[in-house]
Amino acid sequence: MKGMLPHLSRGQLLCSYGRSLSSAAALDSIYDVAIIGGGMVGSALACALGRSPLTEGLRVLVLDRAPLPEVSTPLGEAPELRVSTLTPASVRLFSEAGAWDDMAPPRSAPFQHMQVWDFGGNGFVRYSAATAGLPVMGYVAENRVIQAALGKRLKQRTDFVDFMSPAVLQSLTLPAYAPDIQAGVQSNTLAEVGLESGQTIKARLVVGADGARSRTRQLADLRTFSWSYHQRGIVATVRTERPNDTAWQRFLGTGPLALLPVRDGYSNVVWSTSVAEAARLEALTPQEFALNVNQALQGGSMPARNPMLPRASSEDFAPPPTVFAAEGAKTQQSFPLALLGSGRYVRPRLALIGDAAHVVHPLAGQGVNLGFADVQQLVDALAHAVETGRDIGELGLLQDMYESPRQQENASMMTALDGLKRVFEPQDGLLASLRGLGLDMINGSSVMKRQIMKYAMGIA
Amino acid sequence: MSMGAALSSSRGVHTSRRTHDVPQPSAAGTSAAAAQGPAGQSMDAQEVAKFEAMASEWWDPDGPNGALHTMNPLRTQFARDAICLAHGREARTVQPLRDLSVLDVGCGGGLFSEALARLGADVTGVDTSATAISVAATHAQADPAVASRTHYQNATAEQLQQQGAHFDAVVASEVIEHVSNVPEFCASLVALTRPGGSIVVSTINRTNRSYAVAIVGAEQIMGLLPKGTHQWERFITPEELQEHIERAGAERIGDSGMVMNPFTGHWTFSADKAVNYIMSFRKPAEQQRNP
Ligand SMILES: Cc1cc2nc3c(=O)[nH]c(=O)nc-3n(C[C@H](O)[C@H](O)[C@H](O)COP(=O)(O)OP(=O)(O)OC[C@H]3O[C@@H](n4cnc5c(N)ncnc54)[C@H](O)[C@@H]3O)c2cc1C
Repeated sequence: MKGMLPHLSRGQLLCSYGRSLSSAAALDSIYDVAIIGGGMVGSALACALGRSPLTEGLRVLVLDRAPLPEVSTPLGEAPELRVSTLTPASVRLFSEAGAWDDMAPPRSAPFQHMQVWDFGGNGFVRYSAATAGLPVMGYVAENRVIQAALGKRLKQRTDFVDFMSPAVLQSLTLPAYAPDIQAGVQSNTLAEVGLESGQTIKARLVVGADGARSRTRQLADLRTFSWSYHQRGIVATVRTERPNDTAWQRFLGTGPLALLPVRDGYSNVVWSTSVAEAARLEALTPQEFALNVNQALQGGSMPARNPMLPRASSEDFAPPPTVFAAEGAKTQQSFPLALLGSGRYVRPRLALIGDAAHVVHPLAGQGVNLGFADVQQLVDALAHAVETGRDIGELGLLQDMYESPRQQENASMMTALDGLKRVFEPQDGLLASLRGLGLDMINGSSVMKRQIMKYAMGIA
Repeated sequence: MSMGAALSSSRGVHTSRRTHDVPQPSAAGTSAAAAQGPAGQSMDAQEVAKFEAMASEWWDPDGPNGALHTMNPLRTQFARDAICLAHGREARTVQPLRDLSVLDVGCGGGLFSEALARLGADVTGVDTSATAISVAATHAQADPAVASRTHYQNATAEQLQQQGAHFDAVVASEVIEHVSNVPEFCASLVALTRPGGSIVVSTINRTNRSYAVAIVGAEQIMGLLPKGTHQWERFITPEELQEHIERAGAERIGDSGMVMNPFTGHWTFSADKAVNYIMSFRKPAEQQRNP
């Protein structure tokens, strides 16, 4: 199989069935898939394409303005501030792509429970992996560990993927969009990617994986909708008084605070709050910051059991651990929070994936997992195209087999996360008690709970 | 041929019915067939004119050939599996048809030809409409991988047969219902196939339902196809098709109905062959001894 051959012979192989010399030469400079951006999602796509016997015959390019990170933070040292929650579905994607081994514990931390509650003590939800018959609910890994594992895997697959960096996207020419005669007859026209260096690349499919401020999206003239939460997220690495196996999330008056286990007994705080509060928290010493986290987690009222619900079907509320400043860790940092979605994810010969297509509130740790689910869907669509002789950049294919299923999924996740956040904002009065009841009902109803849980874990 | 030329020639087709009886040298066609006369012509003059009116819209997925666009992946899978079976290849791989020669009779704008070329086949597409051929060649041109594996000729199956051409597989999709001499056409398909090779034909059955769906539904109510695209009396039943091809010396391997969901436009294989169906045949290898 072509994918097994060393990289240099690929051009020759492609030439061997080309009819004329000139078309053979042209073939050589054409990529099947050109991925703009080798972040977590773009790299994951390249890895995943190499996993299936159908798609590993494609010629893939990854380009990024920055070099692909190849080195993880050393074990034993304090973890990086930026971490991601990986759902079992994402873990499966990485396993199949041969990249999981370098992300698996001890490089990441599994968690068995998830507990969500609010500051007013109005109710709680606690999920356990055991309830769904699974060993873990997910893993938390530093972004850098994920990146390095994917980067390492890609370097092992130079038989099928090329890298270009530093390479900055500057222009993009796609075939005409309007379904008129002219556009139809030209629908084989390849996309052209222009780089800042002046170099151009032709591709049958361009994938925009260049993050929230996607230049690909702009150049393709795709409209976006977005709003700012007028909030910032603060991330920090901390220690906990006892080993942590739970993803904790508490809704405070100002926004949600999450405490997630990371490797080597560390935990990660992601605290979303008002801009002013964020500025105050960011200026604190790590010790003072830990104190604030403890007040936020332990203060207020803890939920009482709802006497209306049967005891046997609900899991008990667990008190969160006390946190301490972690020695050797970087001090806490803040970043702006926003919601953003691209109206369309596809054009002829273009697909957007990851943050380029959608940015959600980091609330449920779903952000990057939505991107990994995009990857899975796109790989399936391309495998189908290869199998049935379809053009991998054909608009109809991208629309039906990638955009439409992903947009439905992402839109419901975006509204769910946005809705959840908004519902939790007001802390007093009727709304809060209704909400409290709602949470308790979820905790009590195992069917509903399992559904929500599976959804959050990406296995629904 | 340039894009402009292809388009302007296709715009003129309404008023010109000459192309069917004077095969013209095509964009990609360098074959001697193109220069030959209309001997063996089995396409009916009016049929050709009707199709030419559509030629320029072959590649618009929302245009009059939209149903062919949505059917294309399905017929491609069927042909892929049939050809792979005949040649002992693994079908669900990268370019399973690599290096096999395939003839697409009645290739139109090249939809089926391009899909087969993407599966690795070296495809010759022939059509009696010079316009369709130039549309096909123009379309293929933009992607070198497709261009290098597709060769289009303004010719009939009968003309190729006279040249003594042979292919590892011959496909004729949605074309036999427009042909005036079906037994002769079927004989050409078999004659053009190498011993041991496969033949794939898809068409519309002649049933009450096909009348309702293809004539009343698609042409008259939905406007999916221009009126007069099909003549129901010309439709061929699976039994008739099998008989014609087997008489010409190939054996039936398998068949399937193809059904479109009118709401999603999505096609699936089905046991129901009352409207669209596809059938595969194999030319026995022993015929090699007496060509
Ligand atoms: C502080 C913070 C915390 C978060 N926490 C979580 C969490 O806990 N869980 C979670 O699931 N998600 C979280 N997210 C979201 C998550 O980080 C993103 O969803 C994820 O990084 C998106 O990956 P991506 O590959 O789509 O884009 P990015 O990671 O933004 O990668 C884009 C890549 O494209 C390259 N690039 C950009 N422009 C160009 C150009 N013009 N030319 C060439 N290359 C270019 C960049 O160099 C970069 O490598 C968090 C986000 C933030 C900011």
